[in-house]
Amino acid sequence: MTDSTDKEALVRVEGVHKIYTRGSEKIDVLQNLDLKVPEGDFLALMGPSGSGKTTLLNLIGGLDRPTSGVVAVAGERVDKASGRQLAKWRSRHIGFVFQFYNLLPVLTAERNVELPLLLTTLSRKQRAKHVATALDVVGLANRAKHYPRQLSGGQEQRVGIARAIVSDPTLLLCDEPTGDLDSKSGDEILDLLVALNRDHGKTIIMVTHDPHAAARAQRTVYLNKGMLMSEAEIAEMRAAEAVA
Amino acid sequence: MKFLYLIWRNLMRKPIRTLLNLLSIFIAFVLFGALFAVKTAFGVGVEIAGLDRLITIHKVSLIQPLPKGYGNKIEAVEGVASVAHATWFGGVYQDPKNFFAQFAVSPESYLALYPEARLPEEQKQAWFENRTGALVGRQTADRFGWQVGDRIPIQGTIWRTPDDSAWEFTIEGIYDADKGFDTTNFFFHFDYLAETTGFDNVVGWYILKIDDPERSAQIAAEIDRLFANSSAETKTSTEKAFAQGFANQIGNIGKIVISILVVVFFTLLLVSGNTMALSVRERINELGVLKTLGFTDSHVLGMVLGESYLVTLLGGGAGLALVTLLTRAFDLGGSILPTLYLPWTGVWVGLALLAAMGFISGAIPALQAQRLTIVDALRRT
Repeated sequence: MTDSTDKEALVRVEGVHKIYTRGSEKIDVLQNLDLKVPEGDFLALMGPSGSGKTTLLNLIGGLDRPTSGVVAVAGERVDKASGRQLAKWRSRHIGFVFQFYNLLPVLTAERNVELPLLLTTLSRKQRAKHVATALDVVGLANRAKHYPRQLSGGQEQRVGIARAIVSDPTLLLCDEPTGDLDSKSGDEILDLLVALNRDHGKTIIMVTHDPHAAARAQRTVYLNKGMLMSEAEIAEMRAAEAVA
Repeated sequence: MKFLYLIWRNLMRKPIRTLLNLLSIFIAFVLFGALFAVKTAFGVGVEIAGLDRLITIHKVSLIQPLPKGYGNKIEAVEGVASVAHATWFGGVYQDPKNFFAQFAVSPESYLALYPEARLPEEQKQAWFENRTGALVGRQTADRFGWQVGDRIPIQGTIWRTPDDSAWEFTIEGIYDADKGFDTTNFFFHFDYLAETTGFDNVVGWYILKIDDPERSAQIAAEIDRLFANSSAETKTSTEKAFAQGFANQIGNIGKIVISILVVVFFTLLLVSGNTMALSVRERINELGVLKTLGFTDSHVLGMVLGESYLVTLLGGGAGLALVTLLTRAFDLGGSILPTLYLPWTGVWVGLALLAAMGFISGAIPALQAQRLTIVDALRRT
């Protein structure tokens, strides 16, 4: 799974194609896509619906495999790993933040945060310590015993972020993390992500529709019809938006 | 073990549904335990039957008597160690509802053949010496509150006294035995029966002990050959075959019990399997999240199967435990099924059934959960 050729970029996507087959129809979701994300970066991934943002995020996170091309994270070839290897790799290297939080409703906040640690060899006491730290980082230490239904949307997302960072992953992948929140809660979540990137050195890739959210990232790339847009195309798009 | 909490919380997602599912499994296993106990009770004579004991009855039927003189001839057959005889009495104590079996026997030889019956030596001797004395099993003694020395009147229905008055017996001994041996019987001297009725030349059947159980078929054939073409031909079989034949007069209990249980468990499998499938369908998105976090397909498979096993073990285990405790602590069978209890064999069969049910009801939903791709699962909300 190790790729010794790439040391400088944490995430390396090269010539990636992703084709979905729906019945007899083939849909090119990603076409010959190249992307490099250095360690410590906070990258926003923007684009219209169906442009392939989430698919790209899934490929980087090892949730899906490309039809062709290379996906490597921290020197490891994600596209070539088996399902079992990927599961283990995800538990060690990737933290996911979902649009709809995706907390388990039957577990308290602390038990939700503990989930990734169940896959480690940590003792119960050590797990509890890590969970407490993660909840403290997101400012929810006092909500540890609460169930998701007892939390606001913003608090749920904070628990989701705590769950994503509890195992100290290499990379945080956020899919529309503010998409289900009001602007105030959304801002708080973005503040938290910025702090994680700035203060804890977390590399973050965030899919978003929201330019305001994208503005909080260090840089933004645009996807359209499965391809990354060039600088000229972006400028043209912005000009068109300004006229409209 | 660290996943147990997660499994438990998933079960508690819909507590009422889980409770109903538990209850249906609980009832099914109570039914299993009860029916197994009934089957055991009907076949109890079969289970405890000694391999070295044979029974000789009239070839036509058990109720046809045999000449008393056969005893000496049987004893003379090579390989026969000792012989006793017994005769069905069929009396009524106070009310026909107070049924218990009574036998007129040859006391010393009969008791020598059944070491399973335990009683103090002085009681044994007292019974041997008193012609109107009776030996009664602990269950029947407790049932009617009889003590040694009590006089018991029993009205004869087959064998009557000359003036049709009740037969009078004195309890000289009360025997105990391990679970599984019938302690409801009432034994008295054949001589008392013979002298009172004048029928001193016939008995019900013979019980004989043989030296070598491996020769039982050969000895049985030899005995039957001895009385072939006589007015009272015999049929000799092992005590086990005799007891089995006796139980089969009521019907093939085993077959009836198994038929009922097959229907019950098949229905239960459908109900339980459907509940598990529903439970998995409702949280496909959550399973996708778990896989995203790094849970492998095997983890997910194991957790769903674990839920299925846990609910089956809790419900079924409680059912089995309840039947085991109740049938061992209380006399639930009364006089009709005196040895009604769930034997350890039944518990083991029950546990094997539990394991099979847990696996079968959870297997399909667990495989579905295992095969779920993360991208598909996350699309479902």
